[in-house]
Amino acid sequence: MKGEIYRVAGPVVTITGIKPKMYDVVHVGNEGLMGEVIRIKGDKATVQVYEDTSGIKPGEPVVNTGMSLSVELGPGLLESIYDGIQRPLKVLQEKMGDFIERGVTANGLDRDKVWEFKPVVSSGDSVKGGEVIGVVQETENIEHKIMVPPTVSGTIEEIKSGKFKVDETVCVLTDGTEISMMQKWPVRMPRPVIKKFIPRTPLITGQRILDGLFPVAKGGTAAIPGPFGSGKTVTQQQLAKWSDTDIVVYIGCGERGNEMADVLNEFPELQDPKTGRPLMERTVLIANTSNMPVAAREASVYTGITIAEYYRDMGYDVSLMADSTSRWAEAMREISSRLEEMPGEEGYPAYLSARLSEFYERAGAVKSLAGEEGSITVIGAVSPPGGDFSEPVTQNTLRIVKVFWALDAKLAQRRHFPSINWLTSYSLYTQGLSEWFTENVAPDWVSLRDNAMDLLQQESELQEIVQLVGSDALPEDQQLVLEICRMLREYFLQQNAFHPVDTYCPFDKQYKLLKAISKYSDMAQAALEAGIPMKDILSLESKDELAKVKFEEDFESALNVVLEKMDREFAALGGN
Amino acid sequence: MTKEYKTITEISGPLIFIEKTEPVGYGELVHINLPDGTTKRGQVLDTSADIVAVQVFEGTGGLNEESGVVFSGETIKLPVSKDMLGRILSGSGEPLDGGPRIIPEDRVDVNGASMNPYSRMPPVDFIQTGISTIDGTNTLVRGQKLPIFSGSGLPHNEIALQIARQAKVPGSEEPFAVVFAAMGITNEEAQYFMEDFEKTGALERAVVFLNLADDPAVERLITPRMALTAAEYLAYEHDMHVLVILTDITNYCEALRQMGAAREEVPGRRGYPGYMYTDLASLYERAGVIKGRKGSVTQFSILTMPGDDITHPIPDLSGYITEGQIVVSRELHRKGIYPPINVLPSLSRLMNSGIGAGKTRDDHKAVSDQMYAGYAEGRDLRGLVAIVGKEALSERDQRILEFADLFEDRFVRQGRDEDRSIEDTLNVAWDILSELPEALLTRIDNKYIDKYHPAHKSN
Repeated sequence: MKGEIYRVAGPVVTITGIKPKMYDVVHVGNEGLMGEVIRIKGDKATVQVYEDTSGIKPGEPVVNTGMSLSVELGPGLLESIYDGIQRPLKVLQEKMGDFIERGVTANGLDRDKVWEFKPVVSSGDSVKGGEVIGVVQETENIEHKIMVPPTVSGTIEEIKSGKFKVDETVCVLTDGTEISMMQKWPVRMPRPVIKKFIPRTPLITGQRILDGLFPVAKGGTAAIPGPFGSGKTVTQQQLAKWSDTDIVVYIGCGERGNEMADVLNEFPELQDPKTGRPLMERTVLIANTSNMPVAAREASVYTGITIAEYYRDMGYDVSLMADSTSRWAEAMREISSRLEEMPGEEGYPAYLSARLSEFYERAGAVKSLAGEEGSITVIGAVSPPGGDFSEPVTQNTLRIVKVFWALDAKLAQRRHFPSINWLTSYSLYTQGLSEWFTENVAPDWVSLRDNAMDLLQQESELQEIVQLVGSDALPEDQQLVLEICRMLREYFLQQNAFHPVDTYCPFDKQYKLLKAISKYSDMAQAALEAGIPMKDILSLESKDELAKVKFEEDFESALNVVLEKMDREFAALGGN
Repeated sequence: MTKEYKTITEISGPLIFIEKTEPVGYGELVHINLPDGTTKRGQVLDTSADIVAVQVFEGTGGLNEESGVVFSGETIKLPVSKDMLGRILSGSGEPLDGGPRIIPEDRVDVNGASMNPYSRMPPVDFIQTGISTIDGTNTLVRGQKLPIFSGSGLPHNEIALQIARQAKVPGSEEPFAVVFAAMGITNEEAQYFMEDFEKTGALERAVVFLNLADDPAVERLITPRMALTAAEYLAYEHDMHVLVILTDITNYCEALRQMGAAREEVPGRRGYPGYMYTDLASLYERAGVIKGRKGSVTQFSILTMPGDDITHPIPDLSGYITEGQIVVSRELHRKGIYPPINVLPSLSRLMNSGIGAGKTRDDHKAVSDQMYAGYAEGRDLRGLVAIVGKEALSERDQRILEFADLFEDRFVRQGRDEDRSIEDTLNVAWDILSELPEALLTRIDNKYIDKYHPAHKSN
């Protein structure tokens, strides 16, 4: 049967003459533009096309691939930079230059590259879906495990060893099934696992406000909403750079070309702080800028999470950043409106909530079919229009995620970075993780943190009074609270992403910094009770010097110098 | 010869529907021959085996079912040439200055293709505009898109012109051009721009596209694309650094909404079409620098916020695509300060990559952060003073309050022809920062205080 185009209206093309299944990938027009079937009605089917449709005419041919949108999974994913439908951008550049023309196909995995395959099973062994049959050293520090596709099982007839290309057979089962190092998986379907766990370990990001006050667990979900200009992108890039996960998947979904270029240029230069190797060796980047086709933007999020699931199945901890899910939701809205579907709230399709929760539900700490424990932590950015958190994408996201890092444009205007509002942010993992913190950071970490949070809460109440009567009208102990909070904000919460030392703050340093502020707080409190004038307590040099220790290369000794000075100064004040 | 169809079945607003055609391509350019002998142009919006919908650029006035429709078989293309410099063209690319037609070196699809993010160079070259509030605190770099968010009655045009006059990369003599696209602005405003271009000799290195307030709204959808196509051509084929000024984005969006309504689309926020984000992105994203090519496209668009509301869909969506914004403030304008740029809501996202040692000066970022922090706090204190009076403030707070005034008076305020170098801008900054006690300069590293603070500078 021959298919042909019936109607073209922007990225939505109606085809006739063939009977595809829902979500089948089809190639439309003389140039073979890639698209996906999203509606079937009578003898016609509606296709969302991933490329520009200008000049495409009714009557041009349509070919059905019979497969739904899939990604290629296998060695070579790491270090890749893909567009929303897993076409490597570098290959596209080689094929068509600096601008993306259409109708060009490119394989997700390099077919010519040869990998050293080492089997871990032998013939006669029986294998189930998802089981590991061999390993490939994909990059210096990441061992890629070759797994049987989840839907395949049987007894091994033959297993090879040596150098192979990704599509060459490395294993044959007794029923004749041939297994290569590459498998395909439909992006809209989650990869199966044995079971999901409750996450119990924190994701360490080296960002004080995140690790310290609002931690996310490995396998958890977090949302960063932020009105534009509040430093959301920088925060996400910091997370990608510093999180202590094995694999990073970064999806630039509908974001700015220049910023994407920055990511694409900067990532390959970054060093992994733990191994000293380039960070790209454990990263997959997906870049679909705002002017690239809207349908591919819709797909990019699924492409990313499928790749993340694949590495999770090998037993790795994966962090996935989606920047931004609002752009993704808007892509859904745009396509939905072209289909003339009945709109829900603010024109978004009625299935918005379902799609968002399906996506976030693909995060988690799991036991994979291979028997390994792995996790995907999803950090999604939302960009609420006008900074209005009551809009549907933010609201539907908040119903699902457990951590909320509320970026605040007012803080950004004051150059308080990262401009995460400590009053409106929350983490539902603080309780579940406190055991880990007590064991691995310090026994008093949890109480230090709770105390700091409590003070910051008090500050916001006091500020309301100060707005009315001025700070001098407050009693001295409350003035002290304000001062301690200013220290907490400026010395602890503020962190300079562009400063070579301050950009990453290990837990130990976070703890000592918080402890130092707490020490000043306690001593100042005691001094105040002993009748020392407030002015003298506030004018201690060591207090101001504490502001700068976080920038010091040799933090330990700088801190000790300041703490000793603090002891001396308080002693000089007398009283205690 | 292409076929002429006389099968128009419906005319509705700017749209016409034609039946029984040969297959017609989506986005094709259409010529419509009216019974009175005139010709209009349009573009295919929806094409199927049965019926084709066309939007007519010059409006459907005078059209009837007798009119003939010819499909050109190609999408809209702009004839481009280096000779475009110095020319004034209509919003759809026809000469308006009485000069000859442009002899094309090439004909380029106005929709452009999206740049492969992998081919982009992150912008890093500092552009000096000579305006302190931009250079000092919201630095512009080559390849950036930085709009002016303004309101009606504010001097955004003067600011844009001052930038067009003064913008340069210090120490660089590379060829530079301006592409100016007016969308739905009044004849008077257009004259104002043209006069200034002529007076300063800028017209010689400018290409001007004019779609005025009384020109058809549909044409407005094409004008910025024509301008950007010309800019890309000059930048990437002729190695020029092109500054594109689009004014006014709000009129463009109104036209977009008008077309959406005519097509009976499901409207999004405030009646603007749901695809407005993607549509605006297809304009704004055509700025940048490409690896291995010498030229660049920098965009400086003007957008008047309806009701000064920055959360209105037009500034809101723009802010998500552009790399920051320069916000013009009514409050400062009323105080008589020019340029009335409020630095607090303003932002240049690419600033950090364009400043620092070797680009501007090593202390630039610290100084900028310190001024932001001081000014933000000072403005908050103004609110407090209104309630409790100045006397109730602590000594520290009073100094910060004074700093905010100094900042507006000496750093923000400057002459309409005053072209401050970056050194001048930073020196003014240090002058006013030195009025604050040193202990309050927490954002600045000691080494910069030693090096640049007027009280320490050894001379």
